[in-house]
Amino acid sequence: MSHLNNITIKIWRQSGPADSGRFESHLIDEISDEASFLELLDILNETLIESGLEAIAFDHDCREGICGTCSLMIDGRAHGPERGTATCQLHMRKFSSGDTIVVEPWRAKAFPIIKDLMVDRAPLDRIIESGGFITAETGGAPDANLIPIPKPVADASMDAAECIGCGACVAACPNGAANLFTGAKMSHLNLLPQGQAERFKRAEAMVETMDEYFGSCTNHGECEAACPKSISIDVIAMMNADYLKSKFKNRKSLSR
Amino acid sequence: MSINLDAKIPDGPMADKWNNYKAHEKLVNPSNKRKFKIIVVGTGLAGASAAATLAELGYGVDAFTFHDSPRRAHSIAAQGGINAAKNYKGDGDSVYRLFYDTVKGGDFRSREANVHRLAEVSVNIIDQMVAQGVPFAREYGGMLDNRSFGGAQVSRTFYARGQTGQQLLIGAYQQLARQIGLGNVNLYNRMELVDIVNIDGRCAGIVTRDLLTGEVSSHSAHAVVLATGGYGNAFYLSTNAMACNATAVWRAHRKGAAFANPCYTQIHPTCIPQADDFQSKLTLMSESLRNDGRVWVPKSADETRAAADIPEGERDYYLERIYPSFGNLAPRDVSSRAAKRAVDAGQGVGPLKNGVYLDFAEAIGRLGEDVIRERYGNLFEMYERITGENPYQVPMRIYPASHYTMGGLWVDYELMTTVPGLYCAGEANYSDHGANRLGASALMQGLADGYFVLPYTISNFLSGLLNKPIPDTGHEEFKKAETAASDRFKRFLSIGGTRSPDYFHRELGKIIWDNCGMERTQQGLEQALSEIPALYEEFKTDLRVTGDGESTNQTLEKAGRVEDFFELGMLMCRDALTREESCGGHFRAEHQEGDGEAKRDDENFAHVAAWEWSGDPMAPIRHQEELEYEVIQFQTRSYK
Ligand SMILES: Cc1cc2nc3c(=O)[nH]c(=O)nc-3n(C[C@H](O)[C@H](O)[C@H](O)COP(=O)(O)OP(=O)(O)OC[C@H]3O[C@@H](n4cnc5c(N)ncnc54)[C@H](O)[C@@H]3O)c2cc1C
Ligand code: FES
Repeated sequence: MSHLNNITIKIWRQSGPADSGRFESHLIDEISDEASFLELLDILNETLIESGLEAIAFDHDCREGICGTCSLMIDGRAHGPERGTATCQLHMRKFSSGDTIVVEPWRAKAFPIIKDLMVDRAPLDRIIESGGFITAETGGAPDANLIPIPKPVADASMDAAECIGCGACVAACPNGAANLFTGAKMSHLNLLPQGQAERFKRAEAMVETMDEYFGSCTNHGECEAACPKSISIDVIAMMNADYLKSKFKNRKSLSR
Repeated sequence: MSINLDAKIPDGPMADKWNNYKAHEKLVNPSNKRKFKIIVVGTGLAGASAAATLAELGYGVDAFTFHDSPRRAHSIAAQGGINAAKNYKGDGDSVYRLFYDTVKGGDFRSREANVHRLAEVSVNIIDQMVAQGVPFAREYGGMLDNRSFGGAQVSRTFYARGQTGQQLLIGAYQQLARQIGLGNVNLYNRMELVDIVNIDGRCAGIVTRDLLTGEVSSHSAHAVVLATGGYGNAFYLSTNAMACNATAVWRAHRKGAAFANPCYTQIHPTCIPQADDFQSKLTLMSESLRNDGRVWVPKSADETRAAADIPEGERDYYLERIYPSFGNLAPRDVSSRAAKRAVDAGQGVGPLKNGVYLDFAEAIGRLGEDVIRERYGNLFEMYERITGENPYQVPMRIYPASHYTMGGLWVDYELMTTVPGLYCAGEANYSDHGANRLGASALMQGLADGYFVLPYTISNFLSGLLNKPIPDTGHEEFKKAETAASDRFKRFLSIGGTRSPDYFHRELGKIIWDNCGMERTQQGLEQALSEIPALYEEFKTDLRVTGDGESTNQTLEKAGRVEDFFELGMLMCRDALTREESCGGHFRAEHQEGDGEAKRDDENFAHVAAWEWSGDPMAPIRHQEELEYEVIQFQTRSYK
């Protein structure tokens, strides 16, 4: 085990939604390279509290890269320098002694800052509530093996379903679009046989709710690079195709 | 409130009890359902499935979570899989066998009737989740795939890569989201339950604190369901998410809900060993890895060579040696203690000699790296990210860590606590796992409770309240509870000491881990019962909480949770001290066989210990629910 020395953390502080916010700098004399980035913040917070200062607010929970709660812009990159890795899984061994690390919250119109590094990502839930589900009320489901699902189909659905809903795609997008998130959630369901009945209704509802809150996609592709689950932008193409089809399919069923 | 431990087990032969119950319970007719309001606290597997199903049935539901979204509940982190007695493999599985394995796995300390019901509904869960679009792993022919978990000799575990909990929770969350979108569920996110209120002998509602504004307010209902998860974070270091806490169940306990078997905690054998003192949590490496990984330590305590350089003859594959019929898939409590014995004997591996090897070399040789990558790729990547070592090339290092809590609020067959109208589901209750839970059975239990049990049992209670109004939150009991909660948070802010809540949590966790962890002794427990109250006194005078009570303040949230862990920690140690036997996850060094295996005492301890709050955390009152085994005979639990 070795240590890093003289790390400067330049971190965003903002007391509430109405505050304009500012950067604050802290020098960390020594930190083990085994420490995770969030453990560095824990240690810093404990020092702040014990010297009578307010701790830095930041969202986190599982620290295993699965709950999607952690959310930091580190040196201008959503979830920091390591590809396919959420902030909580980033370790200090990825940095060097003497580094200055800039830490900011997600910045997007749809994600207002609550405090310091914490933002409100509720619009992602609104998209799911509008149609990101299969209507299958409890009870009466047929035997699980009744509909065989070819392995490649189940795998493709699972690739999309791995999305952790962290919002890094939105934060990384110059337009603040949520297309990678919405595309992933939609593809997960639209690829499966069980998802077919509501496929086009779902596509229309989810895309239109997304458009209410988020910016529009102009194919920068930054989202894929920032995604801690490396979800492919192919899901956006699938979403766009289904949305387009929904525009006439849904109309046809209306006139029936 | 007096404690009544009548489990209300239905009549009839074991296999018919649940059907008999459903045939005779009182129902609420569809048009009357909307007259009822139900509060569900927690949106993990148990809470989300309960809230969604109750809303589908037509009840009015208010759902609460301290997370920013229901989908963040700790259930999301479950990796390995979910059990069900589907017998899709034709390898001899059945409802009876899952029932039997669970009772035996729980070391004969669970209630047979509950466990049988769990095994019965397990098959419905898989059907339900597939219908909702959970992308479980499939075979090439398109059928569902299964793997094996510890404590079973059949393959009954369904999985979605290494993210089964995530996929199941997303499924349940989407059902809940649908109901939120339809306006049938009101969701209160970033809201923490801080108290329970009883009026006229039944639960009338809850008091919450808004984590964004600090506002304390009351919510009332005809019935309240707590699905707030386990208390494994009492140990500070655990595989649980950072925010998991015991506040909801503890506050309910203080208001009359009996707490059952708090000393039954599960220490999971395969976690990444601690690297340093500042570590904030431990990471689980799924039990499924033991399907292909072989556990070993060097025979010599003086071993210094790298793993690959140690010849076969100088390795001790101790699980395969001691438990030949289950081998690397011996149950968790058994495997954890075996690892502890190896490390205590100086055979530990890694820089701090605090782990054992989990080695995939043989499996990679037999199946090829691609197959192993397909099965466990994401776990291997996670391991490498955390330790900087590549497990395709060198064996993983693992060590046991706190993972799950079998103890929890006492519930009867209907999942009602000792407070009428207050229910408890999922990991938060004491129910089906006795003294040890088998792998892949927590997800099963959470979803069983929420989808297939509570929606039936709750109507039996509600039917008696037809046309009774929702209790008034202006009632003095609510006002008293609100004032007490506000005062409590003001008190934390005003202490002005020198130590953060995390400091106290860490110190408390150490005491509990050292004395009430994998091995417990009378002396150690008595010591803990003097150290915890002393540290608690220090907490009350030396705590420092900065910031204010009117905006987001994570330090303040933490202070409340740590205070509840203090009181719960005392109860855990007290329970462990009074249970003079070894069973499942509870191992008392004084009670062991010559070969170090647990020695159970069925004569004196075949009961649930249900504790009543007396007002003094050091003087709780112990009650007993006797466990009667109708179907499965007591036997020494052997995996040899
Ligand atoms: C790393 C890990 C891996 C696991 N893997 C498996 C596995 O492979 N198979 C298996 O069967 N089991 C596994 N388990 C166990 C299993 O995941 C849990 O037991 C189960 O998911 C618990 O679900 P739950 O719904 O009871 O609680 P949780 O999912 O913990 O949900 C608790 C909910 O309650 C809310 N809450 C809590 N307190 C309050 C409060 N005071 N106010 C408001 N809201 C509150 C939270 O916000 C959350 O929504 C694993 C556990 C861990 C730690
Ligand atoms: S804290 Fe859960 S994904 Fe980072």
